[in-house]
Amino acid sequence: MRFFDDIEIGQRREIGAYTFTAEAIKTFAAKFDPQRFHLDEEEGKNSLFGGLAASGWHVGSACMSLLVADGQRLAREAAARGEEIAVWGPSPGFRDLRWIRPVLAGDTVAYVNVVIDKRTSASRPGWGILTARTTGTNQRGEEVYSITASAFVPTRTGG
Amino acid sequence: MGPTQGRRRPVCSTSHAGRRVEIAAKCGHNLSFPQSFPKMTLTFEDFPPGRFGTFGPRHVTRDEILAFAAEFDPQPMHLDEEAASKSMLRGLSGSGWHLCSLMMRMMADGFITRAASLGSPGVDEVRWLSPLRPGDDLTLDVDVLEARTSKSRPELGIVKFKCTARNAAGQALAEMTSPILIKRREGTV
Repeated sequence: MRFFDDIEIGQRREIGAYTFTAEAIKTFAAKFDPQRFHLDEEEGKNSLFGGLAASGWHVGSACMSLLVADGQRLAREAAARGEEIAVWGPSPGFRDLRWIRPVLAGDTVAYVNVVIDKRTSASRPGWGILTARTTGTNQRGEEVYSITASAFVPTRTGG
Repeated sequence: MGPTQGRRRPVCSTSHAGRRVEIAAKCGHNLSFPQSFPKMTLTFEDFPPGRFGTFGPRHVTRDEILAFAAEFDPQPMHLDEEAASKSMLRGLSGSGWHLCSLMMRMMADGFITRAASLGSPGVDEVRWLSPLRPGDDLTLDVDVLEARTSKSRPELGIVKFKCTARNAAGQALAEMTSPILIKRREGTV
C-alpha cells in the first residue's frame, strides 16, 4: 500500500468487479439481512426491487473486499520493486452511502475509487486521513452504489 | 455462522415512553411485557421521533470475526493477532463492515422484518468509534430522528434512524444514521 505522502487528490483506481450470484446473495442475507426480498426470488420480484436483490451491506462489503485486494496488489508490486510498504490503519467511518439501484442476482458490479481529500491527523502524529469516493457500476453501465469513506494512512516519517 | 448462533434472550430497555415500549414488546424484545401479543405489522405510524428501543444482546465470536474478515476485509488487523497487536487498534478487531452488518441483523430481528419496510436508499453516516472485539456482547440503541411522508409516493413514509452499537460495558462502538422507507397504514392516505 502507498504512504500518505505519495497519494494525490484526484487519483483514480479501478479496483475490480464482483458478481452477485443468487447463492451469495442468499447466504449473506441469511446471516445479516434476512428480509424477504434478499432471500427469495419470488418475493424479490414482488418487491420494489423487481428481483432477488443483494443486501446493501453485501454490496458495501463486496466493495471493501475489492479495495483490500487492490491495496494488497499494490503492496506486492511495491515490495517487488524493493520499496517500503505502508500498512494502512483503520477507518473512522463513512458518509453519503447511496444504494442507487438494486443489485440483482447475476449482476456484476465494477467499482472505481477516487481520492477526494487528504489531511494530516491532528490527534495522531505520523498519520494522515485520506477520503475517497467509491462508485459501483453494473454490467449495463448503470451506477448502483456510491460511498465517501475515510481511512488512516501512515506518512513516510511515522505511523 | 447460523442465523441464530450466539443470540441470547432478547432484552429491551424499559426507560422509554409507554407506546414505544409496547411496540418493542410486540416485536418480542421486551421481557417486561408478556410475549402473547399477536404478530403485527409495524407501519410508518409506529415510528414517531424519539427512542424506539434497545435490542440484543448479540454475542460475537472470534471465529465469525475471522470468517467475515477472510471473505470481505482481509486486513491483518482483522485476521492476525500479532499484526493486530501492533496496529492502531491494539488487538484483534472485527471489520467495520462486519459490525455494520451485525447492526443490520439486530435491526432486522428487532423490528424491520416485522415492519412494512421497502428497503433503504442509503446511509447518511457511519462512525466507527471503538473496535469490535472477539467475545463482545452487542446491544443496539435505536432512535427515530425524523419521520416524514414521501411527497412523490404518498403511500410511503421515510423514517430516519440513528442506531448505536454498544459493547457490554456500554461503550459505543459505532453510530449509524440511515433512512428506511416504510409503508403508511392503509386508510391514512
